[in-house]
Amino acid sequence: MQMKTKSCLAALIAVMLLFALPSAHAALTIEIVGAGANQIPIAIAPFRAEDGLAQKLTPVIAADLARSGLFKMVDAGGMVPVPHEPEQVDFPQWRARGAEAVVIGNITPLSDGRYDIRFRLMDVVKQTQLAGFVYFASAAQLRLTAHKIADVIYEKMTGDAGVFATRITYVVKKGARYELQVADADGFGAQTVLASNEPIISPAWAPDGTRLAYVSFERKKPVVYVQSLTTGSRQVVANFWGSNSAPAWSPDGTRLAVTLTKDGGSQLYLVNADGSGTPTRLTHSSAIDTEANFSPDGQWILFTSDRGGSPQIYRIPAAGGQAQRLTFEGGYNVSPRHSPDGKSFTFIQRNGSRFNVAVQDFASRQVQVLTDGGIDESPSFAPNGKMILYATVVRERGILAAVSSDGRVKQRFTEDAGDVREPSWGPLVNKQ
Amino acid sequence: MKKLFAGLLIMGVLAGCGSTPTKEQEGAAVEDRKPSVEAPAAKPADSGVSSQPLGTSTVAVNPLKDPGNILSKRSIYFDFDSNLVKDEYKPIVTAHARYLAQNRSAQMRIEGNADERGSREYNLALGQRRADAVKQMMQLLGAQASQIESVSFGEEKPRATGHDEASWAENRRADIRYQGE
Repeated sequence: MQMKTKSCLAALIAVMLLFALPSAHAALTIEIVGAGANQIPIAIAPFRAEDGLAQKLTPVIAADLARSGLFKMVDAGGMVPVPHEPEQVDFPQWRARGAEAVVIGNITPLSDGRYDIRFRLMDVVKQTQLAGFVYFASAAQLRLTAHKIADVIYEKMTGDAGVFATRITYVVKKGARYELQVADADGFGAQTVLASNEPIISPAWAPDGTRLAYVSFERKKPVVYVQSLTTGSRQVVANFWGSNSAPAWSPDGTRLAVTLTKDGGSQLYLVNADGSGTPTRLTHSSAIDTEANFSPDGQWILFTSDRGGSPQIYRIPAAGGQAQRLTFEGGYNVSPRHSPDGKSFTFIQRNGSRFNVAVQDFASRQVQVLTDGGIDESPSFAPNGKMILYATVVRERGILAAVSSDGRVKQRFTEDAGDVREPSWGPLVNKQ
Repeated sequence: MKKLFAGLLIMGVLAGCGSTPTKEQEGAAVEDRKPSVEAPAAKPADSGVSSQPLGTSTVAVNPLKDPGNILSKRSIYFDFDSNLVKDEYKPIVTAHARYLAQNRSAQMRIEGNADERGSREYNLALGQRRADAVKQMMQLLGAQASQIESVSFGEEKPRATGHDEASWAENRRADIRYQGE
């Protein structure tokens, strides 16, 4: 009775503290270190009629491709005329500049206020068209359209899916305030989806990219919520006696693996993503079992456990069962996340006083340590498996960083103000 | 008198919580008070508002808040990577366990904390383990499981914000917070 009234009051205060902000102020700036083994030389000619637009497309496309570390931008200036159609492309000239491919395009305003955006990717050597698409976009969708074009180019030239049109989430701490933000993969268009005076940790994307699960301390203890990014509505999915944390989505988006302490100790359970039903217990150890992560095929769950004396990574069948230890190097291996192809996992390995991002192959058990910084946390794969986003600390301030899964290319995202942590790379949605 | 003391204690515990008082509290507070002739304020059938003079001043002190009382001590510190309650903190745990045993309607949360090094979720579990260790000790000393919710803040609410051993030691801690505080 007392407890109930108290939690109602706490919930009321929480509602007063929390509000969704539709504003888009903060921007992450990206700095790139290193380059891929083979950089593809590519030229991007300014699109016809993009000068008058609020958002030019070609600089965004060029920045996306350059950031991947896999492309080298060839100067497209001084071409007369600037090519916009295939027959205007002077292939010998581009070849002389060293370009293997050239991107051309046209923008036409439509009567309904939208734009008709056409682009073509031309193979300079074979003198053929590799790809060509038309998009209809509003002024607000110009940046997204540029990312989609960059995705097509990336896929045609590298054979892997592009992830420039995806989104990331992370938590920013500004003084005593915590903001859960969602931004484009290039750090632009950051929006605060939840603000609170109490900590927010462990945001996790639903497989369809429309919802986030996270842990909020607004009720003076860790409670797991799921929030819709389309409506902003939020729901408690795990608020049991004790602590509730570490949400991980099942690939079909109907369930979450969570860490609960209701039966004593931190153990893994399955709950429904809509908060209905009662939890199903997955692990039965007297140790810490936490940080669950489903395999892409939904068959396995990776997790961190100290059942062997030190925190190590284990896996169990998603239906529950015998746990198998996977990490053996070092005394501290935590925060596992599957690669999108399910063949490897990334995690944090402690080496002395440093915490680094590492990748382990399931088949060979080979471990590759990808970073050499000080304090790295919360790694997650890009949906094409080519980059790993993580949190790190530079001069006592949390920032986001990314490293290519071969360790060659590194990016740093710096935010204007605040301490950034707990990143997670969102899924690939609306491919094209 | 002893009963009055207990009644006032419960009132003290619940003070500040905007919740409806339970029947036990109302009963205890009213039944044992000795109203003076000058202030017959405790008529049950009175209008909504009534004033109640407190008895002797000695019982008005809330032992949980009295700096001279061990019950005002609320923090238990732990060694690195340990959830062992050290001897120096056992008197604090014992005093709170006795308090819970003597005041069955009292409830508390034990909030476990961890230092900042390593995974946030693993640290949350380490903080939980510390809170659980304190809870288990209190249960052995007579408190009931339902009186104690052990939760964890992990590394999220550090008391010391430095990045050195002194700060980390300060943050390897479990705090006791009674309901309504």
